[in-house]
Amino acid sequence: MEIDPFIFRLSIFILSIFVGYYVVWSVTPSLHTPLMSVTNAISSVIIVGAIIAALSGNDGVVFSSSSIYGFLAIVLAAVNIFGGFLVTQRMLAMYKKKKKDK
Amino acid sequence: MSANISAILYLISGVLFILALRGLSSPETSRQGNLFGIIGMVIAVAVTFLSVGNFTSGFVYVLIFLAIGGSIGAFIAYRIPMTAMPELVAGFHSLVGLAAVFVAISAFINPAAFNLGAPGNIKLASLIEMAIGAAVGAITFSGSVIAFLKLQGIMSGAPVTFKGQHILNAMLLVLIVILTFYLCSTQSSNLFWILIAVSFLIGFLIIIPIGGADMPVVISMLNSYSGWAAAGIGFTLENTALIITGALVGSSGAILSYIMCKGMNRSFFNVILGGFGATEQTSRDQNKEQRPVKSGNADDAAFLMKNASSVIIVPGYGMAVAQAQHALREMVDTLKKNDIKVSYAIHPVAGRMPGHMNVLLAEANVPYDEVFELEEINNDFANADVAFVIGANDVTNPVAKTDPQSPIYGMPVLDVEKCKSVLFVKRSLSPGYAGIDNDLFYKENTLMLFADAKKMTEDITKNL
Repeated sequence: MEIDPFIFRLSIFILSIFVGYYVVWSVTPSLHTPLMSVTNAISSVIIVGAIIAALSGNDGVVFSSSSIYGFLAIVLAAVNIFGGFLVTQRMLAMYKKKKKDK
Repeated sequence: MSANISAILYLISGVLFILALRGLSSPETSRQGNLFGIIGMVIAVAVTFLSVGNFTSGFVYVLIFLAIGGSIGAFIAYRIPMTAMPELVAGFHSLVGLAAVFVAISAFINPAAFNLGAPGNIKLASLIEMAIGAAVGAITFSGSVIAFLKLQGIMSGAPVTFKGQHILNAMLLVLIVILTFYLCSTQSSNLFWILIAVSFLIGFLIIIPIGGADMPVVISMLNSYSGWAAAGIGFTLENTALIITGALVGSSGAILSYIMCKGMNRSFFNVILGGFGATEQTSRDQNKEQRPVKSGNADDAAFLMKNASSVIIVPGYGMAVAQAQHALREMVDTLKKNDIKVSYAIHPVAGRMPGHMNVLLAEANVPYDEVFELEEINNDFANADVAFVIGANDVTNPVAKTDPQSPIYGMPVLDVEKCKSVLFVKRSLSPGYAGIDNDLFYKENTLMLFADAKKMTEDITKNL
């Protein structure tokens, strides 16, 4: 019997939860705020769905009832992607070690 | 682009996201990790463009909307003060949630574009995944909006409770399951809209009873939800990058919620169901009698610190409110010039989100190897001369160790009272968020400094 592709996706999902579990426990507590902002940014990879939705209009019609939701989602996800990664970058740049010469 | 190649590229971007989180295990590797995350995102977006392969006028509009969103995001990221980070993260969560809802709606209206069947005849599995993605996304959205309003102070941080709240929430959750079931059998778009509306309502209802100081748990929890919403949409779109990311973010938020709950010695359900209210009254009545406190001024504080050989600083949310981190750092610089050893002690739930204090101290150029977590530093209080508590309260309350009647009994606290002397900067004697008196105020070795945290710190620096 053939295995439903859904099962493969489910396997990826379950294994990723475990990967996430171990990876996140190894994050140092002082970086928990950047962790939240970066997870925010990467969860906006939902933009791939938004792009497919936005480009779903039939030939010539850019704004159909379904593609408008796609465009709106693109704006929201883009705010998050740029905002999330840049603010993380800004925060991480501030974490400095003690200067040796002191 | 062939479906197999794009699937592999999506997998690669998923792996890059794992590396992005892995990088955060130490500040040195974190910047590289962030770069991996950005590369992963660029790959995912590029692959999507190539696999849709529709470079007509619609594509131009996609770029335009991408640029609009991107510039808004970049503008916010550069302008936001570090003290407002909890609000920012809550706001961003709401956007992820709403984006998930929009994608689900679009897929419902035009399933053919996503290879999910025809309108009115969507594949059963896809419909369930879509409903889950939309529901969780909607809960994330309205919940995060409430969290944002509470953090921003637009809405009162006080818990809003009413009779039958939990029953109502439970009924609405059951309603969602029923709606999903009927949605699958009838494919009715009306049911889909009702499902989304009910989910918005649930998100709203589960966050309003939670008090301002439980925000660290709420933000982490919504972080987790935004991940599960993304994963739900990932299943609908059969997209590996989204599934991996959703799982990562979901478990990350769940772990952070767990850490925050542990920091308050409360169960997750206790927080969600709006905990402290019941026990508050009794403990307040017990502590009615007036007890003497010693209060001092900046001069006294400077004198104590000048004669100390080691000082431990305990920052809390009050430091963020007063924007005192830079003034604090100047004070510490002066102390260090006098050969006084200074370190910082951070409680897991200090501030309004996980790691909030660490970011503020980093912003004020405090080297991260002078900043310690509770377990690392708690034994050092006994050997330190002065503890300088600035903006923290409940996390230093010795009652958590001594009084089994207290609502915070069992919560891990910083052993501040073991220091030779304690300087406690605070505006007044009012209790902290748990509504209980802090025994530390009345200890022999405690000197209360009643003032705004920033002003007091500046005054002490002048007197050093």
